[in-house]
Amino acid sequence: MGNRSIVSIADYDREKIQYLLDMATEFEKHPNRNLLKGKVVATLFFEPSTRTRLSFETAANRLGARVIGFTDPKVTSSSKGETLKDTIKMVSNYADVIVMRHKLEGAALYASEVTDIPIINAGDGSNLHPSQTMLDLYSIYKTQGTLDNLNIYMVGDLKYGRTVHSLLMSMGKYTPTFHFIAPKELEMPEEYKLYCKQHGVKYIEQQDFTEDTIADADILYMTRVQRERFTDLMEYERVKDAYILRADMLSKCRDNMKILHPLPRVNEIQYDVDDSKHAYYFDQAHNGLYAREALICDVLGITLDEIKNDKNFIEK
Amino acid sequence: MGKDQKLVAALENGSVIDHIPTDKLFTIAQLLHLEKFTEPVLIGNNLESKVMGKKGLIKISGKFFTEDEIRKLAVVCPNIRITVIKNYEVVEKREVTLPETLTDIVKCANPVCITNNEPMKTVFYVKDNNILKCRYCGKEQKLNNIKLK
Repeated sequence: MGNRSIVSIADYDREKIQYLLDMATEFEKHPNRNLLKGKVVATLFFEPSTRTRLSFETAANRLGARVIGFTDPKVTSSSKGETLKDTIKMVSNYADVIVMRHKLEGAALYASEVTDIPIINAGDGSNLHPSQTMLDLYSIYKTQGTLDNLNIYMVGDLKYGRTVHSLLMSMGKYTPTFHFIAPKELEMPEEYKLYCKQHGVKYIEQQDFTEDTIADADILYMTRVQRERFTDLMEYERVKDAYILRADMLSKCRDNMKILHPLPRVNEIQYDVDDSKHAYYFDQAHNGLYAREALICDVLGITLDEIKNDKNFIEK
Repeated sequence: MGKDQKLVAALENGSVIDHIPTDKLFTIAQLLHLEKFTEPVLIGNNLESKVMGKKGLIKISGKFFTEDEIRKLAVVCPNIRITVIKNYEVVEKREVTLPETLTDIVKCANPVCITNNEPMKTVFYVKDNNILKCRYCGKEQKLNNIKLK
């Protein structure tokens, strides 16, 4: 069934990405509007994710929509054995758009095939998380003024980190130079390195994480090195402190450099970094609101022009 | 007349699957559920073949394959040949080739793929080098290592 669902943004071209970035920029100027008055947004979280759900629900509320949904599949008929298809069909009768999170990979694409109302993928297992990618792109665009020709350093768990994989594929169109800084066990998987080669994207792999190795970064994208990812726990003990960012490592970095992190962090960014002008991870989460306002409007067919011409916003 | 055809009786009406790699013969017999057929079925293996050295061959009386069955056969054995016989005459010969998309034939190897957890059809895209890519979870698997649905 054809509709405007957003399951993945990896295949979006530069024009489409720019269009969504421009939308997010408009929402940052005026986040509170009545564009979705009378609309119902369903947030179906078959897998709990407080941060993403609150961000989507805030976006919907600030646009004037009403929100229905569930935060835990235990309270729904899924726990009685109802299929995903039946749940989606049922909710489609009530809502104008479904934001869904599911632990199974491909769930959002399948959902988009069984309903006529748009689906926004809020994460399907370790597969895709397009709204996170969109807010990462918006954060990079906002802080650097462009997405083109940037030095992007990805640090930590590059093997299982869904956000770094999605970001890599979306940034591929903007001739970046990637630096992959990770322990051997968590290095960037072959398929993504192949993707870089096929798309002519430069990348450098290294294991050292020091003030010198990050000196040329425009974006430092930090992720958490998790104990449970290691098959060899001695290896974990050896590398666990090697990928922690401290304030004293920022002395040589570029003036424009910003530190991103999908959050939650544990200890991979020391608290003394929070006061640095390079720390951007909390603003990044804030940008998620504008990015998600843009995604919800886009799937509901509200155009950038309509948003630009909308004078019915509520002053902050 | 080829040597293999002397070893097995001629068909009046039915299909011959030829050029089966010897190690795939019984996989195909299982896939087609030959044990359920009531008309004569002849199975030959390690028959001489100029092209393959040795090959397997199956003759089934009264059986004409559907396109869906042929697609399944193509997944297991991409290079077999199917001959359709009516009144002892060959009416059609076709080389089986792998289609670009496989719908509801192969099972996804990824246990957390939605297709393994919902009553739904699987879809795979056939890429170069006999790699199959799941439409839903995006995971890839090699054709020679697949499980059928």
